[in-house]
Amino acid sequence: MKTGIVIFPGTWSDKDCMHVFRDVLKQSTEYIWHQETDLSQYDCIVIPGGFSYGDYLRAGAIARFAPVMKSITDFAAHGGLVIGICNGFQVLCEAGLLPGALMRNDHLQFRCQWVNLKIESDCTPFTKTIDRSSTLRVPISHGEGQYYASSDTLKELERDDRIVFRYCEPNGDVTKESNPNGSVNNIAGIVNISRNVLGMMPHPEKACEDILGSSDGLGIFQSILNSTSK
Amino acid sequence: MKITDKQLNELALSKQEYQLIVKRLGREPNHLELGLFGSLWSEHCGYKHSKLLLKTLPSKSDKLLVEPGVENAGVIDLDDIAVVMKVESHNHPSAIEPYEGAATGVGGIVRDILAMGARPIALLNSLRFGPLSEAYSKRIFEGVVSGISGYGNCIGVPDVGGEIGFSKAYSGNPLVNAMCIGLVEPKYMARAVTGEPGNVLLLVGADTGKDGIHGASGLASQTFEEGREELRPTVQVGNPFLEKILIEACLELIQSGDYVGLQDLGAAGLTSASVECASKSKTGLEIDIDKVPLRESGLSPYEIMLSESQERMLVIANPEQVSKVRRIFGKWGLEATKIGLVTNTGNVIIKSSGEDQADIPVELLTDPPLYEVDGSKPNWLASLQSVDLSKILLPPLGVIETLIKLLDSHNVSSKKWVYEQYDHHVQTNTVIEPGRGDAAVLRLKGSKRAIATSIDGNGRLSFLDPEIGGAIAVAESCRNISCTGAIPLALTDCLNFGNPETNDVAYQLNRSVKGIGDAARKFDVPIVSGNVSLYNESHGQSIYPTPIIGALGIIDDVERITGSGFVSEDDVVFVLGSDQFDDNYNNLAGSEFLEVIHGLVQGQPSIDLDFEFNVQAVCRKLISKGLLKSAHDISEGGLLSTVAESCIIGGIGFRMVKLTKQRWDIAYYGEKQSQIIISVSRENINNAISIIKAAGIPFMELGVVGGNTLDIGNDGSISVKTLSDCWYSSIVSS
Repeated sequence: MKTGIVIFPGTWSDKDCMHVFRDVLKQSTEYIWHQETDLSQYDCIVIPGGFSYGDYLRAGAIARFAPVMKSITDFAAHGGLVIGICNGFQVLCEAGLLPGALMRNDHLQFRCQWVNLKIESDCTPFTKTIDRSSTLRVPISHGEGQYYASSDTLKELERDDRIVFRYCEPNGDVTKESNPNGSVNNIAGIVNISRNVLGMMPHPEKACEDILGSSDGLGIFQSILNSTSK
Repeated sequence: MKITDKQLNELALSKQEYQLIVKRLGREPNHLELGLFGSLWSEHCGYKHSKLLLKTLPSKSDKLLVEPGVENAGVIDLDDIAVVMKVESHNHPSAIEPYEGAATGVGGIVRDILAMGARPIALLNSLRFGPLSEAYSKRIFEGVVSGISGYGNCIGVPDVGGEIGFSKAYSGNPLVNAMCIGLVEPKYMARAVTGEPGNVLLLVGADTGKDGIHGASGLASQTFEEGREELRPTVQVGNPFLEKILIEACLELIQSGDYVGLQDLGAAGLTSASVECASKSKTGLEIDIDKVPLRESGLSPYEIMLSESQERMLVIANPEQVSKVRRIFGKWGLEATKIGLVTNTGNVIIKSSGEDQADIPVELLTDPPLYEVDGSKPNWLASLQSVDLSKILLPPLGVIETLIKLLDSHNVSSKKWVYEQYDHHVQTNTVIEPGRGDAAVLRLKGSKRAIATSIDGNGRLSFLDPEIGGAIAVAESCRNISCTGAIPLALTDCLNFGNPETNDVAYQLNRSVKGIGDAARKFDVPIVSGNVSLYNESHGQSIYPTPIIGALGIIDDVERITGSGFVSEDDVVFVLGSDQFDDNYNNLAGSEFLEVIHGLVQGQPSIDLDFEFNVQAVCRKLISKGLLKSAHDISEGGLLSTVAESCIIGGIGFRMVKLTKQRWDIAYYGEKQSQIIISVSRENINNAISIIKAAGIPFMELGVVGGNTLDIGNDGSISVKTLSDCWYSSIVSS
C-alpha cells in the first residue's frame, strides 16, 4: 500500500501520521504538497490535523480551494480511500465530500483530552478489522469540533449506517457527559455514501503505541491496510 | 539635538547613561542612534543590572555544546542529538493585553529555539496572577490562558507542563514565563553570526509594523503605573499561522545548509537581531531601511529599527546562496527581502533615501554599563523571618476539613481547566502528560531514551528568604524530574523581580542568584540559558521575588519511569526523606497552610542541599531499578495534600497507618523540603528498603493503597470521589 499525506501551510499532524504509516506500520508513505495534482500512485490519502492557512476565516474554508483538493475529489470519486483527521475532517466538509459542518465547541474553548469512541459501523474500510463491541481510547485536540448537520442529513446518515464513531463512556454508553464538544448525537466521525471517505475529529494517529497511553487508534490504520492490500 | 527627559524616559536611559553615550561616541547621538542605544542598553537586551550576577552562576558542563549567553539558547549534547532550552518572560505585555502578551511570549521563545536550528518539541509555562476573586486578575488569567492556547495549538508544539500560582503579590503585575525545548542534530546547529563582509542580510516573515515599539526599553525595563492602557501599542500582535510557516521554512533552509547565520527578531526587533550578529562576528553592517517591507506606509527609520513586529527572522547568506534562500521561503509563500550587507567597518550604518541616518560602532552598542546590584537585608524581612511560629494555634477545622480547604486553594488545586486548552499530544512524544506526573516525560523517537522537564518556583518562599527560595526553586525542579526517574542535566532560569534600583529588590535579586548558584553547583547542573525580568511592580508594590527554574533531565529507559498517582491495591506507601513526623513548627514557614488557614506569610524557610541531593538520587535509583509504582514530591499543601493528589490521580484510595501523635497541622500540612511520597508493590519492598538504607536516607512506612477512600485513622475518612471533585473543579471559569 502507498499512502500520501497532504500538507497545507499550517498542517501539523502530518509528521505524526507519517510516523504511524512509515515507522509503526512499515508502509511506503509520502508527503503531498498542497499544490500537487497527480495522486495516481496512492492507495490512500490522509488529510491530517492542523490549522490549514491559519483557519482564521473558518476551519478548512481556504484549504478546500487548494489545487490538491480537486484531485482528492476525483481520487475519492474513483473509489480511493480518503481519511480526514481533525482539520482534515473540517476540510472534507468544506469541500463537500462529507455532509454537515464543524462548528466551535459548545463551551467555546479549545479542548485537548482523551475520549472514548463507540464503533457504530464496522462496515467501512476504516473499521472493518476492529471489534465492534470494543471502544477506542484516543485524544481530541480542537476548538471547532462540534459536528452539526440538518435533521434530514442526520436521518440519511443513520439510515445508511454512515455514522462511524460516537463519543461515549469507557463502557460504550453514549452519554451527554462523554460528548466533549456538543456534537449532534455525539457524532465523532462519518463516511460518505460510497463509504470510502472518512472524516473524524479525534486523532487516532496520536494513539498508536502503548507508550503514548493507548494503541487503540492503530485499528483504523490496520483496517485501511487490510482494505487496500491486493 | 535637544534630548528631553521624556525621550530618555521612553528609552529607560538615565542622564548618566546618556552622558556616557556622548562621551564614548565623541558626539551627541541623533534620535535614531539614541533609539539604538536605548534598546540595546535596556535591561531586557543589555542585562545591565543582572549580568554581573548572572556571571556567578555555574554554566560549565562537558555536556554543553554552546556556552550560555553566546547564542540564543543553551544546547545540551545527548550524543547523536542535542537539546536546546530556554525560558523567557512576557510579564509586562501580558499585564496590558493578556491574550496577545502571552501569545507573543510563546511565539518569541519558539523563535529563540528555532534560531538555534532546532525543531521546537515542547512548551512549558510558569504563570502568576492575583487571586481569581479579583475581576482584573481573573480577566488577565483567562486572557493569558487563551493566548497561550491560541498560539501554541496553532503551531503544533505540545504544551507539556507548567505551574500556576496565585497571590495578591501579583495582582497588578502577572508573570508569564514561557519555556521551549527543541531538538537538533549537532551538525545542523545554527548560529547568530554574519560571516564575512559581503554577505547579505535577508529579512523573512512578517512585514514590519508599528507594534511593539519601545517594547524592550519602555515596557520591559521600567515600572508602569496609571495609564497602562495607553501602553497597549507597545504590545505586539501575534500571527501563529505565520510562525508555523516560518518554523517549517527555516528548518528547511537549515537542512539545505544554504545560509551563514540565523537570528530571530525579538526584543528590540531588527536592532538587536542585526547588531548581535555583527557583534559576535566582529563585523559591521549597512542596512538600507527603505528596503524593509512595511505593513503600513509612513514609518520612520526609528520606528522600523525598533519595531517588535512578530514572526520575523534574519537570515544571513553569502551572495551565491541568496537565490536558494529565496526559493525555499518562496515555496512557503514567504518573501526573503535583501535589506543590507555585512561590512568590515565595525560600524552599523543605517541608510534611508541614500543618506546615512545612523553610524555607530557595533561594540559601543553591545557594551552597556554594568551595575553591581546588592542591598542590605531589610528590617521588615528580618522580623517576618523571626516570627515565632510555635505560637500558631491548631485551627478549629479538623484534618479533613483542612485538607478540603487546601485542595480547593488555587495554588494546590488541579490546573486541568488550563492544560486541557493546550494540545499536549501533538508530535506524539508525550509519555507523561500534564496532570499525570511531577514532570513531563517525552520520548526521543528512535531510541530507548526520554527527556523529562519541569518548571518551578515559589515566590512566597523567595519572599521570606531570597537565597533559600532560589535554592528551593532549583531543588524542586530537579526533584520533580527525579520523581519521574530522570537525571537532571541542565537548567534555565527566569528571574522575575521588582525594581533593582531599590535596596530591597537589589537584596532579593543578589541573594536569589546566590541561592540558585549554590544549589546548581551542589547538584552539578549547569544553568544554560535564561532571562531576567525586572521592574515588576504596580502601585509602588513589588511582586514577590520570583525566580523560576526550568529543568531538563534524561531517562535512559523510557519504560522505567513513574507517574505521581497511586497504581494498585495493596501497594505500600513510604515517605522518602523522613523516619518520623517532624513537629518542628518552622515547617509551616511560607506554607500554603499558613496562608490559607491563618492568613499569614511568615517564617524562615530552610533546605539542606546535601540531603536534598541524596534523596533525589535514591529516588532515581529506585525508579531505574523498576521498584517504584509512583513518586510524588511534597510541596505546596504538605504531606496530606500530596497523598490526596496521588489518590485522585490514580483513582484509588489510601489507608494511612502511620499517624501523628503530635501537632497534625505541622505533620500533615507543613512543607518540609526533600520529601517524596513513593509507593511500592509488596514483592519489591525488601529490595527498595535495602537501597534506601544503603543510601542512608531516612524513610517511614505511611500506609497502604486501596479502596476508594482516603482513610486517616481517628481523624476520619473521605471518598476519593469527593476529593477529586474538589481538586478538579476548583479552577473552573464561568
